[in-house]
Amino acid sequence: MQESLLQAVQGYMYPNEIELQWSILIVLYPFTTGLVAGAFILASLERVFNVQAVKPTYRLALLTALAFLLVAPLPLQLHLGHPERSLEMYLTPHTTSAMAMFGFIYLWYLMAVLLVEIWLDYRKEIVLLSRSTTGWIGKIYKVLTLGVDNISEGSLKVDDRVGRFITIIGIPSAFLLHGYVGFIFGSIKANPWWSTPVMPIVFLFSAIVSGIALVLLMYMATCFLKGIEIDMPCVDTIARYLLYAFLIDFSIELMDLIHRIYEADESFQSLDFMVHTRLYTSQILIQIVFGTIVPIGFLAFTQLVKLSEGARKGIYVLAGTLTLIGIFAMRWNVVIGGQLFSKSFLGYTTYKMAFATKEGLLPAIVLLLLPFVILWGLVKLLPPWHEEPAANA
Amino acid sequence: MTIGRREFLIGAGKLLIVTAPAAAYLEAMAAGTEIEPAYKMADHYWGMIVDIEKCIGCGNCVRADKAENGVPMEPFYFRTWVERYHIEGGWSEHPEVDSPNGGYDGFPEKYAVGDAGKSFFVPKLCNQCAHSPCTQVCPVGATFETPDGAVLVDKTYCLGCRYCVQACPYGCRYIHPQTNTVDKCNLCYHRITKGLTTACCEACPTGARQLVDLKNPKDPVHEYLRTHKIQVLKPQMATGAKVYYNGLDGSVR
Amino acid sequence: MQKFLKDKEHLVRLAALFAAGFVLFLAAKTLLVPKGFGLYGHYRAGALADNRARPISFAGRAACGECHTDKRDEIQGGKHAGIGCEACHGPLAKHAEDPSSDPKPVKPDPRKLCLTCHLANVAKPVKFPQIDPKAHFEGNPCAGCHSPHAPDKEPKT
Repeated sequence: MQESLLQAVQGYMYPNEIELQWSILIVLYPFTTGLVAGAFILASLERVFNVQAVKPTYRLALLTALAFLLVAPLPLQLHLGHPERSLEMYLTPHTTSAMAMFGFIYLWYLMAVLLVEIWLDYRKEIVLLSRSTTGWIGKIYKVLTLGVDNISEGSLKVDDRVGRFITIIGIPSAFLLHGYVGFIFGSIKANPWWSTPVMPIVFLFSAIVSGIALVLLMYMATCFLKGIEIDMPCVDTIARYLLYAFLIDFSIELMDLIHRIYEADESFQSLDFMVHTRLYTSQILIQIVFGTIVPIGFLAFTQLVKLSEGARKGIYVLAGTLTLIGIFAMRWNVVIGGQLFSKSFLGYTTYKMAFATKEGLLPAIVLLLLPFVILWGLVKLLPPWHEEPAANA
Repeated sequence: MTIGRREFLIGAGKLLIVTAPAAAYLEAMAAGTEIEPAYKMADHYWGMIVDIEKCIGCGNCVRADKAENGVPMEPFYFRTWVERYHIEGGWSEHPEVDSPNGGYDGFPEKYAVGDAGKSFFVPKLCNQCAHSPCTQVCPVGATFETPDGAVLVDKTYCLGCRYCVQACPYGCRYIHPQTNTVDKCNLCYHRITKGLTTACCEACPTGARQLVDLKNPKDPVHEYLRTHKIQVLKPQMATGAKVYYNGLDGSVR
Repeated sequence: MQKFLKDKEHLVRLAALFAAGFVLFLAAKTLLVPKGFGLYGHYRAGALADNRARPISFAGRAACGECHTDKRDEIQGGKHAGIGCEACHGPLAKHAEDPSSDPKPVKPDPRKLCLTCHLANVAKPVKFPQIDPKAHFEGNPCAGCHSPHAPDKEPKT
């Protein structure tokens, strides 16, 4: 494989640059945490900004965020040369390194924000289920109650207030969870494809876009599977927020692009060549045309022209799917694209992705599907639909 | 509030219980860091001079480095390597560069004499940066700048996350296929702390590579830096690179 | 206080859980951070010793000159004075430690070795002595006319 890599080098690359350092697993990580941040921000629309229309998706968005957050560190662990040493990031974090902050931001977001918020919102059902369910699942519910059986009016009011507070601090936490990933790339002066101050902002907004699209699709899919009527005002509102976020995201990316083309610094010719050759399909076609312009066009169309329910549903599914593919392509173009050219600006290499190796396509596919498996389990444990189980008096 | 004898003894006892393990902890911290008695880090500040006008591209340095430091022989990994530049018309924004197997086997002739081009060799290695971006991004402290000016790697602590490889502007780092940790030129730290020079400088037949100690007032580097036109690689990155090139053409990347 | 805590017992338990976790984390940090970390900077001080622990492969020219005084003197006078012994003879630290040990130093093949440096190449500095082996006494060994240790002198016969 290494011999064939040498053959594929075009121009000159520093010898140690020829093999890519960060693989598809590192593409997967920002994609996953992006979905988490985006889904959470959609959920917070209802809780904090009282956008009542999206209420039906609130719990589903939170559970989706949790499922993806649990999977998020796995591609990183698989990628590390020594995953058994990853505890070092907690023991001796190097505070000048954005990557060192991962452990703490992740833990904070998982423990103090997401789990607490889900727990507070579900606490009434958890207590009721702990009373009515038997077997080892009943034990799980019992543990989740933390031994407190009180679901009086007063305690639920407290839950609501505290939950609201958590959501408020959850929003900047979600910004941090994904913004710092953008900073990991954006702060590398050695790599001109990555080094830009707007990288955290671009990452964040594309995260919001992908998260909203995911919840939109998940909601429509679960309604379909359960035979429930889709709440049209809900999905119309979600689609509108998707469009707004998309327009902001696209504008910022476009500004960065125009700036690069205009200033045309020493790296520009090399990067421009790369985009028009090795990155053409993933960047121009998939990310920009089919992943951004087409979904924006479709969504804008639904805002300008009155369409039937069926037509809108179809467009939302199409736009949502293209969006997710487009945002994945954006992560790919940043991570992989940033390693395809030489820091000498004199050459290019290729990314040879294996299939069934530690960092190959197969583990990537498994890691993309795993959150849905976890979500299925979570939905079984904590049903997002308000079906009250029979409560003991 | 007056403190009675009882409270005082209890407080002192508590203080003792806290300070004793603290002292033991500091003692344990310092253990395992025995330094060569003859070598004091504070007396040295290492760098290197590379004289482009003397380099003949023989590749001795690349071979010596691989022998001394156990660098893997697979095609991509080099702690040091030599590049050959060929520039049509003497100046170009796009010089032709090659480095066949890093210069390990020398350079087969590619260009004809008198083809109106300018050709020269450029040896490259870790620049032992004083403000190294690789050290900045390491999440755990597995790579670091020593007090005596070398940038080293802690193989037992490195996670293999590859962030430092991305952050190095010079491409001098790689992941060692056997240890799965990062590796790079460490200025032959095991040699220079014993009064020897680096393997590459030892092997260089023309004196194009010279180890220098900037803290040694008798080191010829001070006179050299004063009397030659000196450059570092990628000065715009402000890495504080300590490999000083003489005769480096502006087209070198 | 009782009134304030009414209906909040579950929150108290949650807070207690977090506090316990935090204490556990502090304990783990104290126990697991390696010895000597932070002594000179944000790294394990023992790594300095680790980097110094590698065995030496090249002895350095001073070591060779201790025994091979005749070669040392021969080289001093000639054009190869600036070249270390191991630049041509390979890493010989083991031999310098114990001359009876294996592997024994080998005389390199002059024809191959000489051309490593002296084969004409456009990228070499113009003033550097370089030859085209086809044009320069093809077929004859270099050492026939040039003593390897003092190439500007006639070889000793």
